[in-house]
Amino acid sequence: MDDATGYVPREFKYVSHKRRVKEDRRFITGRGRYAADVRLPGMKHVAMVSSPYPCAWIKGVDASAALALPGVHYVLTGEELFAHTNPLLAGVDVPGVKRTPLAYRKARYAGEWVAAVCADSRALAEDAAELVEVEYEPLPFVIDPEESLKPDAPRVHEDHDSNVFFHRKWVWGDVEGDFARAARELSFRARWSRCSTVPIETFVAVADWDAGQEVMQIWASIQMPKYPEQIARALRIPANAVNVHYDIDVGGSYGQKRGIRQTIVAGYLSRRLGCPVRFIEDRLENMSGGDAHGPDRIFDMQVAFDDDGTIRSLRIRATDDCGCYPGRAPLQLGKPVGAIVGPYRIGSAEYEAISVSTNKTSQEAVRGFGQSPTNFAIETAVDKVARALGMDREEIRRRNLIGADEFPWKIPSGSEYDSGDYLAVLDKVKAASNYKVLVARRDALRAEGKLAGIGLSTCLEPSGGNSSFEPLFNPKNDTTTWMESVQIRVDMTGAVTAMINTSSSGQGHQTLVSLVVGEELGRDPDSIRVIHSESLAALPSNSPVGSRMAIMMGGAATGAAKKIRDRVMEIAAHNFQLPVERLVYAGGNVSVDGDPSRTLTWEQIVDTAHRKYHDMPLGAEPGLQSIYTWEVPTGGALPNADGTCQMYPCYSFEAHIPLVSVDPETGRIEILEYYIGHDCGTVISPDIVRGMTFGGIAHGIGAAMYEKFEFDPESGQHLTGSFMDYLMPSAHEVPDVTMVKHFTPSPLTPMGQKGSGESGYLGGPAALASAVNDALEPLGLEITTLPMRVRDMEALLAARTK
Amino acid sequence: MKAAAFDYIRADTVEEACRLLAEGEGEARIIAGGQTLVPLMAMRLARPELLVDINRIASLKGVTADGETLVIGAGTRQADVLADAEVAARAPLLAEALSHVGHEQTRNRGTVGGSLANADPTAEIGLVARTLDAEIVARSSGGERRIPAAAFFESAMVTTLAPEELLIALRLPVWTAPRTGHGFHELGIRHGDFAIAAAAAQLTLDSNGRCIRIHVGVGGASPCPVRLTAVEDALAGSPLDDAAIARATEDISDMLDPESDIHAGAEQRQRTARAMARRAIADARDRAQAGAA
Amino acid sequence: MSDHDIALTVNGRRMTSRAEARTTLVDFLRDNLNLTGTHVGCEHGVCGACSVIMDGRPVRSCLIYAVMADGAEITTVEGLEGSDGALSPLQDAFWETHAMQCGYCTPGMLIAATALLARNPDPTEHEIRDAIGGNLCRCTGYVQIVEAVQIAARAMREAG
Ligand SMILES: Cc1cc2nc3c(=O)[nH]c(=O)nc-3n(C[C@@H](O)[C@H](O)[C@H](O)COP(=O)(O)OP(=O)(O)OC[C@H]3O[C@@H](n4cnc5c(N)ncnc54)[C@H](O)[C@@H]3O)c2cc1C
Ligand code: FES
Ligand code: FES
Repeated sequence: MDDATGYVPREFKYVSHKRRVKEDRRFITGRGRYAADVRLPGMKHVAMVSSPYPCAWIKGVDASAALALPGVHYVLTGEELFAHTNPLLAGVDVPGVKRTPLAYRKARYAGEWVAAVCADSRALAEDAAELVEVEYEPLPFVIDPEESLKPDAPRVHEDHDSNVFFHRKWVWGDVEGDFARAARELSFRARWSRCSTVPIETFVAVADWDAGQEVMQIWASIQMPKYPEQIARALRIPANAVNVHYDIDVGGSYGQKRGIRQTIVAGYLSRRLGCPVRFIEDRLENMSGGDAHGPDRIFDMQVAFDDDGTIRSLRIRATDDCGCYPGRAPLQLGKPVGAIVGPYRIGSAEYEAISVSTNKTSQEAVRGFGQSPTNFAIETAVDKVARALGMDREEIRRRNLIGADEFPWKIPSGSEYDSGDYLAVLDKVKAASNYKVLVARRDALRAEGKLAGIGLSTCLEPSGGNSSFEPLFNPKNDTTTWMESVQIRVDMTGAVTAMINTSSSGQGHQTLVSLVVGEELGRDPDSIRVIHSESLAALPSNSPVGSRMAIMMGGAATGAAKKIRDRVMEIAAHNFQLPVERLVYAGGNVSVDGDPSRTLTWEQIVDTAHRKYHDMPLGAEPGLQSIYTWEVPTGGALPNADGTCQMYPCYSFEAHIPLVSVDPETGRIEILEYYIGHDCGTVISPDIVRGMTFGGIAHGIGAAMYEKFEFDPESGQHLTGSFMDYLMPSAHEVPDVTMVKHFTPSPLTPMGQKGSGESGYLGGPAALASAVNDALEPLGLEITTLPMRVRDMEALLAARTK
Repeated sequence: MKAAAFDYIRADTVEEACRLLAEGEGEARIIAGGQTLVPLMAMRLARPELLVDINRIASLKGVTADGETLVIGAGTRQADVLADAEVAARAPLLAEALSHVGHEQTRNRGTVGGSLANADPTAEIGLVARTLDAEIVARSSGGERRIPAAAFFESAMVTTLAPEELLIALRLPVWTAPRTGHGFHELGIRHGDFAIAAAAAQLTLDSNGRCIRIHVGVGGASPCPVRLTAVEDALAGSPLDDAAIARATEDISDMLDPESDIHAGAEQRQRTARAMARRAIADARDRAQAGAA
Repeated sequence: MSDHDIALTVNGRRMTSRAEARTTLVDFLRDNLNLTGTHVGCEHGVCGACSVIMDGRPVRSCLIYAVMADGAEITTVEGLEGSDGALSPLQDAFWETHAMQCGYCTPGMLIAATALLARNPDPTEHEIRDAIGGNLCRCTGYVQIVEAVQIAARAMREAG
């Protein structure tokens, strides 16, 4: 329920208007095509042998019994794979640490893949996997990140000089002075526990080495920048020998579907055995050995503030348990640098980022790339300041939120916020929540003896995906290019086909591009076909990470469409023998300004472009096609020596107001009402933005109340390897949500759009923590650890009555 | 997550199923709804050599009345019991408990017998059976026996059913007295999840509103469902005011022996069981009073 | 160990194939009958992605061995369109509200909702949430799914 569809900027004909999402038709009829639907003749299947130990030397692998089973073709060991492939790329420079798809010589977490079995069916592969005998020598291990920081902790990587993958402290502005000058300060610890996006589809890779063409054909459920290049590099084949089919539908990702290791195993086996090989992670492989885990953070926070509620400075120390390998995980500490003070006018900040390894499953990217945990810590700080001052949580925000007239606003860590009207969004969501009535409802519940609380969070969604955290965290990496491309082809009949260069995992890229191209060309979006390329035919892309596609793919689509329009105008100008300035473009037709009787239709101009070179401007390129590759706005610069940099270009904003009740006896939290005010600039597809936001809120409910990957500190075993143990919210746990929209266009993007792929998730956990703490306040209790599971809440409440 | 290979035979009669179990010498396993067994087999935590499918044995299905006892065939789907008018009227405690068992889709397959035989400590059906002192009917090639619920559940996931025995029915006593009410409360983490703790209560009031008969049971907080006879004794004859209920249940932790797992701690289960018991008894009282009005 | 000939009536068509006893119904539909519209999310009965209608009731096809379903009538997402290829009111409503993103849970959701509306033409929001409560969606937060079911229910009632 919402008014998100109510606003249409006047100048748009298709963009921002309610329109059915193109992709949906194939999904509702069961005609999506996912990687697991790919079946090739002679295809073989993979199952993994996993380590039962959190840390152990691998002394030997005896595959003879497995290979003796009829229908079993190969048992691939870490040793063999290591000999023939290159290790994976790491996001940070960690000497002595190598990551391989199968454990090489040492298993470093329970569930790590040690060998891969290839057989005629998945069931047979599992039969054989049970028969693979691995000789282990168990070793001491470390599960707790703070233990792991101690000098005498068992070493996760024996060739690295500590368990620390990354540690740096930045000071931006006069933090010390601001703390000294501030009237008050407070400090606290907040904990964000290991959880992730857990798509309903596990990771799937199908690899088929075409020995004739010498090309590795790949169908995989990926969302990974530079995936073909990484696969090629690992397999030691040229990048133009890898062809990734981006038209595969991906069953959800939200950052997670990285799949490099899985694909290398399938690709290696395909080449080795000369047949197509498919690896469908089962849920157990996915949850323990796959890419399933996310940020796992301890925040030690210090805030300096004045009696009037002005927050002067923040000190944040984030210790992130990265698990055992440093893929892109440590970089998830980097992205929050671009919004390290939230939407507030905080003058200075110190940020200490520590990525520590433990004998746990490796952390991978999660929706928001580290921003949601950081937002939770910042919002908790703001609530605590309010509480310390006896000030209303809304009032404290009103005093500190950056004003609409203050943009562009540069924060201490060097990023400039593009635009916003935070107070307007706050006002709107308050109005939508009927705030007075909401408070009355909470108070009525309290009067009945229940615990009830209202939450508030005001959070940013940095969007437009840039790579600044890469050079910031790894000076050896001087990448500053972070582009996206779209190609448009108008065929002889005038039909428009746009090509995008990445796969989609539910973001609706075909809809996005058809709307933008339709808008720019004045052609009906329903008539525009949008195809996903294969990687060998693809233009440069950085995949849909970092909430960037509305901005980057949308921007590239605008660029490519404008080129088409320009060509159309040139051809018309030539035929009218008039300068372009005298012509008007409408819906593909071109007329002489002020004289509609002189019009060349779209069909005529297209026909000229394709067939009538004699009517074309001298030396013109025949046909009607264009390519546009766009560099991320504000991108292209390396970070400064003090760590200041422009992180993402655009900043969406969201304000959440939930009402919750807490059962004082059982600790069960129930969400009674939920309101969100949201501003992502111009909305391209209202249905998609609604969905993203609601989905993000649901995901945030999971992170705040249910989801945690848990390890037994004694045995090092992963305890949450199935959906019986890792609990995600269902339709019962997620309430109806009321969403109100506000539209502050970004000056940096062609249509004023910002990102919304992470919305809801970036402020949801913070808002729910705020609501629960409001409910607990009458008891003098507080919780700053997520998730607030029933067991955690009950323990908190029970300790009080003891 | 594929099961280890097995043989499969569909039994058409109870006799055939019993014979196959006897011949299987412990390696044969009944499959009913499969809602527990199939996941266990998928994870290879169970690996029977032979599955005996009892889903098409018509005589195992349905609810019938035998005097003041409801006889529920072991193969009756949980959804069918939940929708059964007789159950709703005469054993509303079971109906209410069933609405907490999994989801519509699992109830469409899962059976009453499968849940009892599985003996999950948190299972609602077993809790109701124990609370109402139901009997479980087992059959083998050697004959039939009736096992009181108290003697049926041995410990978590273990019953006194012999490997060659087929569970064929649940015999649930019906309380016919006027002013009888029931209550069922459970705390699950999410809707449809296995309970952290659950409580069932059924009681009868006299015309003065005093409790003349009461059964209270708790699930999830011990290896087996338990009847809280001490609570029942304390409340017999009482007007069942909230204070009396609170007093009678204050020390129920002593009667419970819960396990800790990743979903709940042992002490939490005890405390939650107490809260659930209080709510169940209060609901039962209110319903009994409403029935009197 | 034992192999079995299995015959099903799927979406009104009789289909047969041979499979090991351990083949689940969802694997049988996908691998033997090439009906890949039904998805697999967990294989242990929790996510609901594999939901199909079996003999009139929604069930999880990962929790049934195909051989147990021998002779059954199955409806999968591929069978929801009318014989003329027209979308069912629910499919149409799912499209109208954009009740999906990645589409992976969608077949299961449609099956659960189809079964609901077949037995309850005018469900409350709570009843809708209950009917889809065993189906996990990680994309949508369920709001647009609930809306879709409400819209379809209304459309079906109005159409009689
Ligand atoms: C997502 C999900 C949620 C669930 N939530 C709950 C819940 O909240 N509460 C709850 O109680 N259960 C829950 N369950 C389990 C419940 O659905 C099962 O139905 C029940 O536990 C077993 O019944 P079944 O008929 O499916 O038995 P099966 O799985 O077929 O068999 C279970 C065991 O009983 C044996 N068995 C079955 N029938 C007989 C018989 N007649 N004689 C002898 N032995 C027999 C089998 O050999 C096997 O060992 C849930 C399951 C799932 C998948
Ligand atoms: S795949 Fe069947 S319930 Fe998840
Ligand atoms: S639409 Fe992606 S899981 Fe539901």
